Amino acid sequence: MSELLQVHNLTVHFATEDGLVEAVDSVSFSVRPREILGVVGESGSGKSVTAHALLRLIRPPGRIVRGEIRFEGADLLALPEEQMGEVRGARIALVFQSPRTALNPVLTVGGQIARLYELHQHVSRAEAWRRTIEMLTLVGIAEPARRARQYAHQLSGGMCQRVMIAMAIASSPRLLIADEPTTGLDVSIAAQILDLLRGLGRRTGASIVLITHDLGLVAEACDRVAVMHAGQLVEIADVRTLFKRPLHPYTQALVRSIPRIDREVAMEPIPGAVPSLLAPAPGCRYADRCARVLPVCRLERPMLRAAEVNHEVACHAVEVDSGAAVR
Amino acid sequence: MALLSVEGLVKHFPLGGARAWLDRLGGQAPRSVRAVDGVSFAVAPGETLGLVGESGCGKSTVARSILRLVEPTAGRVIFGDVDLTALSAEPLRRQRRNLQMVFQDPTASLNPRLSVGRTVQEPLQRHTTLGAGERRARVAEVLAQVGLGAELVDRYPHELSGGQRQRVNIARAIATRPRFVVLDEPTSALDVSIRVRAILLLDELRSTLGMTYLFISHDLASVKYLAHRVAVMYLGTIVEEASTAELFTRPLHPYTRALLSAVPVPDPDRRHARIVLAGEVPSPIDILGGCRLRGRCPLAQPVCAEPVTLRAVAPAHRVACHLV
Repeated sequence: MSELLQVHNLTVHFATEDGLVEAVDSVSFSVRPREILGVVGESGSGKSVTAHALLRLIRPPGRIVRGEIRFEGADLLALPEEQMGEVRGARIALVFQSPRTALNPVLTVGGQIARLYELHQHVSRAEAWRRTIEMLTLVGIAEPARRARQYAHQLSGGMCQRVMIAMAIASSPRLLIADEPTTGLDVSIAAQILDLLRGLGRRTGASIVLITHDLGLVAEACDRVAVMHAGQLVEIADVRTLFKRPLHPYTQALVRSIPRIDREVAMEPIPGAVPSLLAPAPGCRYADRCARVLPVCRLERPMLRAAEVNHEVACHAVEVDSGAAVR
Repeated sequence: MALLSVEGLVKHFPLGGARAWLDRLGGQAPRSVRAVDGVSFAVAPGETLGLVGESGCGKSTVARSILRLVEPTAGRVIFGDVDLTALSAEPLRRQRRNLQMVFQDPTASLNPRLSVGRTVQEPLQRHTTLGAGERRARVAEVLAQVGLGAELVDRYPHELSGGQRQRVNIARAIATRPRFVVLDEPTSALDVSIRVRAILLLDELRSTLGMTYLFISHDLASVKYLAHRVAVMYLGTIVEEASTAELFTRPLHPYTRALLSAVPVPDPDRRHARIVLAGEVPSPIDILGGCRLRGRCPLAQPVCAEPVTLRAVAPAHRVACHLV
């Protein structure tokens, strides 16, 4: 199957007063057509930076140091800025975490969506408005004609997120990147937004990259999952495998740490904290938190390798288990 | 006997400005936001009562009314044998060493100009007669109890991580050795792994220091771990109350069932049926008579327009629903 998006060795650094922060370190993954790929990790794992880098939205002092992002045949990192502008929003769209602050407070929400149609699809004002109402209906906003004339502050958080999603899909993107789309929403509203995203993915055939720290969301929505820790991608697998047979010690700890309402299990917090990304030591960045740490882990960064079909993991201890030679 | 009981608590915020004028022009009394509309519960010594519900259900207003950070419109809050709602300022201040609160936002609730040591010392200065040396000793002891190193005493909030800031907030709340602590979404702003540690810490502190908690949260998984009993609020009233085990295994109110079914479960094999409530929580200004959920409830019947009260359906299990 040909991939919709292929990311290869993506590396993002931020130059700060204290030194270089290596926020994303040689991350490689791909997104298949029509799939929902979850990207999970704690704060500081680099999942949001990765998402923004896909759209080249990293601003100074941040910089994409190297890597390749192939999307629909082109390397996005090599495109001139104006062509990138056409990809952004039209082919790849982003749904932000805090919908209310991402919306323009002095324009009506309908006006903001209609402007997209006028700009990108060069339709008349009346036609743009008609499509806006249609789109608001599609994302499940009751009384769309009235809501379209309101401002962001007049809408609830859940409705603002629906408007954001309407804006993101207005131009029928092939890839939708949703960065913590339900964080800050009440559970029942979050469930509605998740259903909406899933339904839209199915209906439009777009792929979705869902960035979240909530493993529950991942289990309910995603086809495959990539786990990030301290700027490195440590494991990627289909969703069942990741929950049933996680291989990386970090993924195992993450799965064990979540409080859950569906069964009686003790919560075990993940030991230690996400390490500083300021000039991190070579080797695996999980080494200081890992119960299975080997001498080689502190010397050499483990590479992402296929452990089985559709399951890749970056861990020296797992390689030893599987009988691979280790220096 | 209960350590804290809340009886018929009501808090209405009158509408001001143009809306009040329009109401008066229309010949009626100005309307109010009925944030809390008749809430009663009791918390036994050593117990953690979870108070859950979605944004706008009034759970934080209940918390603030208990500490009289807002003045209740009606109802009583009895702490031990003292009616807190009847106290004047000075006796109320004296009670505050026994009743403390941990707020949701660990950053906004700390004064950025106070060091960790001064932050934790402040309630001791205000509410106790401890001397300077004793206060320093207590600060060191409390910081150790919440798992913060002594070297952090002179640090300022901006030098701390989110998890450390919330530990400072907890340290400040328990510094005066309160008997009762209101936890208002103390874990909601924290990252997954830090949240788990905060929950375990809070539970350990409660049992070692003999405290009693009111734990307010919309995070049902945290509530399940920390609370002994749970009360579910919807639109200013309690709709169900039961032991934690009972509530999570045998929820009876349609709202509780919908809420529980909406929590994503980290198990890809479990495809549970979700009970979907139509739309969003309605305005707390114009509340329908009868059951407040009936406009959104998938099971609503004509009888739901009749007034509904919280009644016992099993020992220690109360539900406000005509259909249960």
